Amino acid sequence: MSAEVLRAPGGGALGQWFARAVLRNGPLGGLIALVVVMAVLSRDFLNGQNLLNVGVQASVTAILAFGVTFVIVSAGIDLSVGSVAALSATVVAWCATKEGLPVWLSVLLGLAVGAAAGLVSGALVAYGRLPAFIATLAMLSVGRGLALVISGGSPIAFPSSLGGLGGTLGGWLPVPVLVLAAMGAVAALILARTYTGRAMFAIGGNEEAARLSGIDVRRRKLVIYALSGLFAAVAGIVLAARLTSAQPQAAVGYELDAIAAVVIGGASLSGGSGKASGTLIGALILAVLRNGLNLLSVSAFWQQVATGLVIALAVLMDTLRRRSAR
Amino acid sequence: MTGVNDDVPEGRELLRVEGVTKSFPGVRALDGVSLRLRAGEVHVLLGENGAGKSTLIKMLAGVHRPDAGRILVAGREVAVRSAQDAQRLGIATIHQEFNLVPGLTVAENIFLGRLPRTALGLVDKRTMRARAAELLRRVGLNVSPATPVAELGIARLQMVEIAKALSLGARVLIMDEPTAVLTSEEVSTLFGIVRELRDSGVGIVFITHHLEEIAALGDRVTVLRDGRSVAEVPAGTDEDELIRLMVGRDIAEQYPRERSAAPGAPLLRVRGLTREPAFRDVAFDVRAGEVVGLAGLVGAGRTEVARALFGVDRYDAGTVEAGGQPLARGDVRAAMRAGLGLVPEDRKGQGLLLDASLGDNLTLARLERDTRGGFVDRRGQRREAAAVAERLKVRMSGLEQSARTLSGGNQQKIVIGKWLLAGARLLILDEPTRGIDVGAKVEIYRLVNELTAAGHAVLMISSDLPEVLGMSDRVLVMAQGRIAGELAGERATQDAVMELALRPVNDGNTYEVSAMEGSDVG
Repeated sequence: MSAEVLRAPGGGALGQWFARAVLRNGPLGGLIALVVVMAVLSRDFLNGQNLLNVGVQASVTAILAFGVTFVIVSAGIDLSVGSVAALSATVVAWCATKEGLPVWLSVLLGLAVGAAAGLVSGALVAYGRLPAFIATLAMLSVGRGLALVISGGSPIAFPSSLGGLGGTLGGWLPVPVLVLAAMGAVAALILARTYTGRAMFAIGGNEEAARLSGIDVRRRKLVIYALSGLFAAVAGIVLAARLTSAQPQAAVGYELDAIAAVVIGGASLSGGSGKASGTLIGALILAVLRNGLNLLSVSAFWQQVATGLVIALAVLMDTLRRRSAR
Repeated sequence: MTGVNDDVPEGRELLRVEGVTKSFPGVRALDGVSLRLRAGEVHVLLGENGAGKSTLIKMLAGVHRPDAGRILVAGREVAVRSAQDAQRLGIATIHQEFNLVPGLTVAENIFLGRLPRTALGLVDKRTMRARAAELLRRVGLNVSPATPVAELGIARLQMVEIAKALSLGARVLIMDEPTAVLTSEEVSTLFGIVRELRDSGVGIVFITHHLEEIAALGDRVTVLRDGRSVAEVPAGTDEDELIRLMVGRDIAEQYPRERSAAPGAPLLRVRGLTREPAFRDVAFDVRAGEVVGLAGLVGAGRTEVARALFGVDRYDAGTVEAGGQPLARGDVRAAMRAGLGLVPEDRKGQGLLLDASLGDNLTLARLERDTRGGFVDRRGQRREAAAVAERLKVRMSGLEQSARTLSGGNQQKIVIGKWLLAGARLLILDEPTRGIDVGAKVEIYRLVNELTAAGHAVLMISSDLPEVLGMSDRVLVMAQGRIAGELAGERATQDAVMELALRPVNDGNTYEVSAMEGSDVG
């Protein structure tokens, strides 16, 4: 490996400028700062085609992260979304390709399996009183295992009629970006305007106060985890469409990216706060970083280091910003 | 060991604060405050929440530094820049939240950070325990120094804190509302110890909201109002005068209960409510327009009964009827639909979403009602929240402000407002004015009057006897999980309540509800 490839990204001065931008403007400031840094460092970054690529790269993480936002706002955690995404995609492909079911029915079954997986996690948390971390860690393993069992361990071709989901509209607009936008709008609407959404904030803010104020906390938790599973299913289908096959080993570790996106977006892991727009920004920060570092030919090994640093930095800055605002 | 110096001449000045001023962004917390503490006196620091008491004692504890003014210890000007400085100067503070490590023993806590060592550098447990035992004897605490602190109740934790202060050789002991969390027996024990410390020459700064404690324990009183020290008066000053000094205006009546002519139909009917061992055979009615007090010692089962009838906790036997309909057990939502609302004892832990906006807090209990087809009418909610906040005169910058940043009294108004918005007709107020200053208390009492005049009813649990007697139309006294008796009118006196609360309950002496019209259960 040459010294050129091992070069650490960004300079000290740029790092400081990035830190200040986040400190002043929150996650959006960080995203803008990162985009400016990448544009300065790479001539190829700021062109339309590449930015759409960033959108495609962000789409799966962002859709997963919208679902996880619901859970984190309610002071829970969902570690199972990567596995559930793979399971749902596998179910869709198996139903359509192996069993010959109509594609629309296969998709519906895939979504139902995602929601059901969430429902089971939710039941373990709400009625079984398991810590969310444990319940969804179990589902992470069960979901991945079932995907492997159903597929026999090898990829299943995705129905060609769903290939469009991974393609473009009018030859330039990537469909995953459209799905991302639609799911983001739905997530924002759920959080801001629905009973379940407002209950998420109440449960995450103070579960006991929510219960004493007549929120049906346990039933809401079922809905919250089911929504997370449903969003994971959508993400899994988009991912499989892009890869043209459902792979049981797809999306391994994506739950961590999703959680990182939510937290970078300004949500607190202790619950009670979070926004769909913040989560989108968090997912975009991760995608811009990866795309930019690829353009700069930074090794994948260093990319992991940089990603970790950005996660820590973003959340640290956000904490400082809030503390100074108090 | 470094104990209190016993040969301090009576009355010598230990501590003097002169013209101290302290500003925080946007607010002048202290403005020329003075305080003089003599050896061997209990000096009460009195003031509403926000008057500057906390800032002043934090200054003496080395947390804040004054912008102007002087602090003198034993006549010498000093700078208290840190907790270590305060310790060195013999100033110890017992905060409302204790600084004890639950996993360590009493002795380890007392000597935390300065454990006696043996020649080998190991902790000298024998010396430590012997010295701790001596300190515990001085504060009258009868526990082994080897007891883990986690096993002690709040009153004993306080004694451990006092022992720790003594072990530091404190000559000035600052106690921030030490009685707020104690039962009346514990309070009298505490008073005994404070008097002993005073007689041994310690100067004590004592903060309390309970006016009756001033005459009982204090020697002198310094009254703070809006960051200024407005008066230094003898502790014998009468309560009305103290209140006037504290709030800067006369409060004609501290408990302005306006009794309605005749109570209406029963809104709540409880019969034979039992959950061993917390409560047993509890029966009572609450009628429209009534304030029913629920008095008794801490642990008598009052809060447990309130939670059970509101559906928070289950019960084994008995019935609860609201508006003529029986309520399902353990179903908060059913209780809410029947018009009940619970303002819990632990405002911050159970009443509020501290980091959420006031608007979200106010509309929390009517979230379901404002939902049509899955969507919440947020605009309607904001309108309703604004209306109730104005009606309750909540002092806030706007509905977007977070609940955490409000004073205790305004926080309580938010919790009450939440139930008004939810359409509650019977409010259960559990210790509604705990930790709330006099001015805000009176506002809450007025609100209770307003509600009962409009046909609502209130079940008020309170450990504050003057309050529960002053505000209730009838007082039910609980003892050991039972209703020991009911007092109304002239029979409702502090002595009568205490007698019922302390009387041992025997099985042949069950309380009869026959006094209530139309009751069907004895």
